[in-house]
Amino acid sequence: MTADSAIQAAYLIAAILFILGLKGLTSPRTAVRGNLMGAAGMLIAVLATLTDRQIVSFETIAAGLAVGAVIGIIWAVRVQMTAMPQLVAAFNGFGGGASALVAAAAAFLPGTIEGVPPIQVDISVALSAFIGSATLSGSLVAWAKLQGILWWQPRGLALQLLSNASALTAVVLGGLYVLDPESMWLFAGLCAGSVLYGILLTVAVGGADMPVIIALLNSCSGLAAAATGFVLGNDVLIISGSLVGASGFILTQIMCKAMNRSLWDVLRGDLGQAAAASPQGDIYAGRVKSASPDEAALLFDVARVVTVVPGYGMAVAQAQHAVRDFAQLLEARGTEVRYAIHPVAGRMPGHMNVLLAEADVPYDRLYDMDTINPMFNECDVAIVLGANDVVNPAARDEPGSPIYGMPILEVDKAQVVLVIKRSLSPGFAGITNSLFVNDKTLMLFSDGKKAMQDLAREVRDL
Amino acid sequence: MESFLVSVTVFALAVFVGFEIITKIPSTLHTPLMSGSNAISGITVVGALVAAGASDSDVARLLGFGAVVLATVNVVGGFLITNRMLAMFRKKK
Repeated sequence: MTADSAIQAAYLIAAILFILGLKGLTSPRTAVRGNLMGAAGMLIAVLATLTDRQIVSFETIAAGLAVGAVIGIIWAVRVQMTAMPQLVAAFNGFGGGASALVAAAAAFLPGTIEGVPPIQVDISVALSAFIGSATLSGSLVAWAKLQGILWWQPRGLALQLLSNASALTAVVLGGLYVLDPESMWLFAGLCAGSVLYGILLTVAVGGADMPVIIALLNSCSGLAAAATGFVLGNDVLIISGSLVGASGFILTQIMCKAMNRSLWDVLRGDLGQAAAASPQGDIYAGRVKSASPDEAALLFDVARVVTVVPGYGMAVAQAQHAVRDFAQLLEARGTEVRYAIHPVAGRMPGHMNVLLAEADVPYDRLYDMDTINPMFNECDVAIVLGANDVVNPAARDEPGSPIYGMPILEVDKAQVVLVIKRSLSPGFAGITNSLFVNDKTLMLFSDGKKAMQDLAREVRDL
Repeated sequence: MESFLVSVTVFALAVFVGFEIITKIPSTLHTPLMSGSNAISGITVVGALVAAGASDSDVARLLGFGAVVLATVNVVGGFLITNRMLAMFRKKK
């Protein structure tokens, strides 16, 4: 009993450290310390578990820890910041997979979990297997899409029906398993149905909607851990899992709100009204003003305030360092440079912030949408770099537009807008952008990185 | 049944704590939040250790081994990459 109490006390300390660690993330100054507290909590929890008297064989554990640690270290050290969404997607999947495997192990060891009523074990095993398996397969689909090795994006009613049917099958098999926990066939069927459901749920989700699905899977990986906590009657799993579940859920909500779409629409790959309804192509004819880098450079000669609006295009072009160089050049000339970050810029929440931080842009230069929008009035030049839908005035002005109601960065309130883009191709929403034909707008058709380097050279020559 | 209710209570209260803290995290740190919370969800490793260390069944031990590997990747990789990102936010001119 005393040994068990000691383990429980250690788990309590771990849970407190997790909470304090997350609290540290409320400010960039305390964030590193917060992360270390979380890691310390994890170490305490693992060490305490190893003293558990249920554990009699350590060879398997040592091998598993070693293999996992090596993979984790190599991955975390080598990954590029632009590939962060893929990494988080994959890790979400591993978390879900681990929960499903623990549930499976518990299903093979009936009655060995002390102090937990069998009915709670059976229900929790089914729940943990369901959430965990779906999180695993869904995350792997998201990973493959972000990695650019999966383009398949089926939509429509048939997919809907299949997806619902797979969920229903999994739930029914899960219910039957609870009634007959001896049947491994029911358990296997439950897992198979859940895996299929995870795939069908995520496969319809496209590029710019990825932030939503990653946040949702993040939430699911937490809920899977919490469900495993119910299997084992272990409070530290329940607490940590629900913290992560809440975190992912909040991020999912923020992302949906920033796109003015319901989670349901995102999961269906539905963009609201048919994008085809809006006129395509013609609106640009003869109305777009384009500029060469040396012409565009003149804009910055007298500009006092410049705002950079980065989008996913900046990440694709790996232009963040070139942007930083250009900004430092302007700052040396006495210009104030700000960065306007839309909540769904990039492929995951906060993606742009990390890329700019990597390029040594101080975080206090970065402004979120609600803060920067009233400040565009005093902005002389707004540079739109690889962003499209998030600066489309149609979202504010055209009630018939598919993206109407989505909050945007109001760059058209700046004196001049310089849009750096390879072509006039539409963004993810597939609609035209009236910003490109605005009287204030100049288009600089180029690769993002090259454009920033050209601009820097021309400004130096002024 | 009583222990189940206690577990549900713990779950509900922890969700509230989560909501209170997470809503205060600035959008700048949302990516590190995701990777860091991901590392925390690797707490499943605790359950994996018990499953992998119990000797009664080879199948359970094998499943436990897989769970330990996946959860450890989550924990080690998650905290490391979060630390790497946060270090970038800290250096300030």
